[in-house]
Amino acid sequence: MTVTESPAENRTAPAVAPSASFRALSTAMFKGFIRDKATLFFTFLFPLMFLVIFGLIFADAGESKPKIGVVGEGPVITALDRSGVAELERLDSPAEAERQVREGDLPAYVTQNGDTVTLRYAASDQNQAGTVLGLVNGIVSQANVAATGQPPTFTLNAAQVEDESLEAIQYMAPGFLSWAVAIAAVFGAALTFVNWRKKQVLRRLRLAPVRPVTVLTSRVVVSLGVAVLQFGVFLGVALLPMFGLQLTGQWWLAIPLLVLGTLAFFSIGMLVGAFCKTEEAASGVANLITLPMAFLSGAFFPTESMPGWLQDVSWVLPMRHLNEGMLDVMVRGQGVEALLVPALVLIGFTAVVGLVAAKIFRWED
Amino acid sequence: MGIGPALAVSGLYKRYGDLVAVDGVSFEVSEGEFFGILGPNGAGKTTTLEIAEGLREPDAGSVRLLGEAPWPRNLALLPRIGVQLQASAFFERLTAREQLETFGALYGVGSARVGEMLELVGLSDKASTPEAKLSGGQRQRLSIACALVHDPDVVFLDEPTAALDPQARRNLWDVLREVQARGKTIVYTTHYLDEAEVLCDRVAIMDHGRILALDAPARLVRDLDAATRVILERGVLPAEQARVLPGADSVTEDEQSLTISTRTAAPLLSALAERGTLGGLQVRTATLEDVFLDLTGREYRA
Repeated sequence: MTVTESPAENRTAPAVAPSASFRALSTAMFKGFIRDKATLFFTFLFPLMFLVIFGLIFADAGESKPKIGVVGEGPVITALDRSGVAELERLDSPAEAERQVREGDLPAYVTQNGDTVTLRYAASDQNQAGTVLGLVNGIVSQANVAATGQPPTFTLNAAQVEDESLEAIQYMAPGFLSWAVAIAAVFGAALTFVNWRKKQVLRRLRLAPVRPVTVLTSRVVVSLGVAVLQFGVFLGVALLPMFGLQLTGQWWLAIPLLVLGTLAFFSIGMLVGAFCKTEEAASGVANLITLPMAFLSGAFFPTESMPGWLQDVSWVLPMRHLNEGMLDVMVRGQGVEALLVPALVLIGFTAVVGLVAAKIFRWED
Repeated sequence: MGIGPALAVSGLYKRYGDLVAVDGVSFEVSEGEFFGILGPNGAGKTTTLEIAEGLREPDAGSVRLLGEAPWPRNLALLPRIGVQLQASAFFERLTAREQLETFGALYGVGSARVGEMLELVGLSDKASTPEAKLSGGQRQRLSIACALVHDPDVVFLDEPTAALDPQARRNLWDVLREVQARGKTIVYTTHYLDEAEVLCDRVAIMDHGRILALDAPARLVRDLDAATRVILERGVLPAEQARVLPGADSVTEDEQSLTISTRTAAPLLSALAERGTLGGLQVRTATLEDVFLDLTGREYRA
């Protein structure tokens, strides 16, 4: 018998350093990811497109003021102008103003003639009419108090509870980010496992001295890296002056939350990948999960507009907790204590779904 | 070494539902041997190979691969075997070199070995080509390189030449011969009988889950004791003259040719030479296809 050249240590030492396998597999998968233009598009550009479109649509939503027509001059009109609560449109005659209100171009107009302030409004738009009525009434009352020369007995100090600058972008940026991370992690995990099973890569790995946990963690690490990249890109865009995202103090607390969220989404992807036989089926199922989850979790618009029972249901979704936690630390100015509940829920979710996925995992069809 | 065979399987039995895929298969492969498992599709070749590799558990029977049991998954054994699967099991969007580097790293093999492997399979100039852009033959060669990158003792190849054009097949034969020359034990399946005849030291002919014959290809053919056929162009020699030539057992004629069957080809050929009728002459001896026909009573169809 000829002696083969295989080194003797092969006989006794099965273990290749897991770190070498881990690094090689992560590198291979990361290269595969950045070389796939379609995946890059759906991971970064596609959700960003939505952020940009919605960001531009709602850019002025926070400062929308009622428009009021004014005719003539007087202290009340001056006070109305100075208060800045309404946008005034100067008109030449009451007749002209009346016509515009009737035709629906303006919700109301104000004229001051001596001590009489006249407000005429269109009742066809109840909401606007109420707002305008309240505004003008308030100004008139203030002017009355001022006219007495006495200091006011009661003063109203009103301010919104959120950051003063809370605009649409403030809840949209964390929302779209959650959605983007979910797409990347669910699709990434599901398609990798389906593709590897179909192309027998899993089988080939089973014949190499690599532990399943090494294969799994190398894929997880790629997903986590992608999520952090998404975080950077999203904040970078949302912070641009044209969108005007304003982060509060400990916004970076969103990163550990994002990591846990990615793990939860990855476990969903594993489950989809374990069930589905083809990439087409996996994509369909992944879409079927991520899109409704995003809507129900308030990723696109606040959940307050949903019926109560639906809001209750939404708390079973990992994205709801991720979204809520990110809003807390990124724009509501809360600290590390806001992470506790979302973190525990996300860890629990990952553990349960991950275990189920591991249970039904198949190396081959 | 020389301690027992590289691979020994005995009494393998595997059933999928109603289908008995492998039905009592036993054989041994010595170290350094080029062993072929051949037969038509569905004969049970791949299942046999998968059980030998440790990918499947047999319902009955035993496997000793390099003296160890491959099932359940034997981490100590895996670095010593190399496997090329039927589908091309590659990572997505990596180049030929990166595929080899990745598989190599799983076995703790440095990138120095990658260049050597690319050269062995003749893909040095394709090192930076994405795997998806390789031709079928190039992909198969890369797949074999990936199976060899960690310098295993035993190499399993499942139909490496399937679906290749004749030129690519012959290129691959050279690669396989080179692998054997490096002292590897090769166990491979094919449904090309002619290829097995050329490459293998010994072959096991399988059909319906059983081994019908197992020996060196030349010996299988010789044991068949089939007649040699000497084929001449029609009209070169009249049939009645052919029948009386020394060694001619029988003569048949069709539109193109005249065929003389013989068991003593030498005197027949010299008689034909004397008559100056060697132009366009073909001599056909029996092949493994004739062996298959003899064993199963039916024509071989891959």
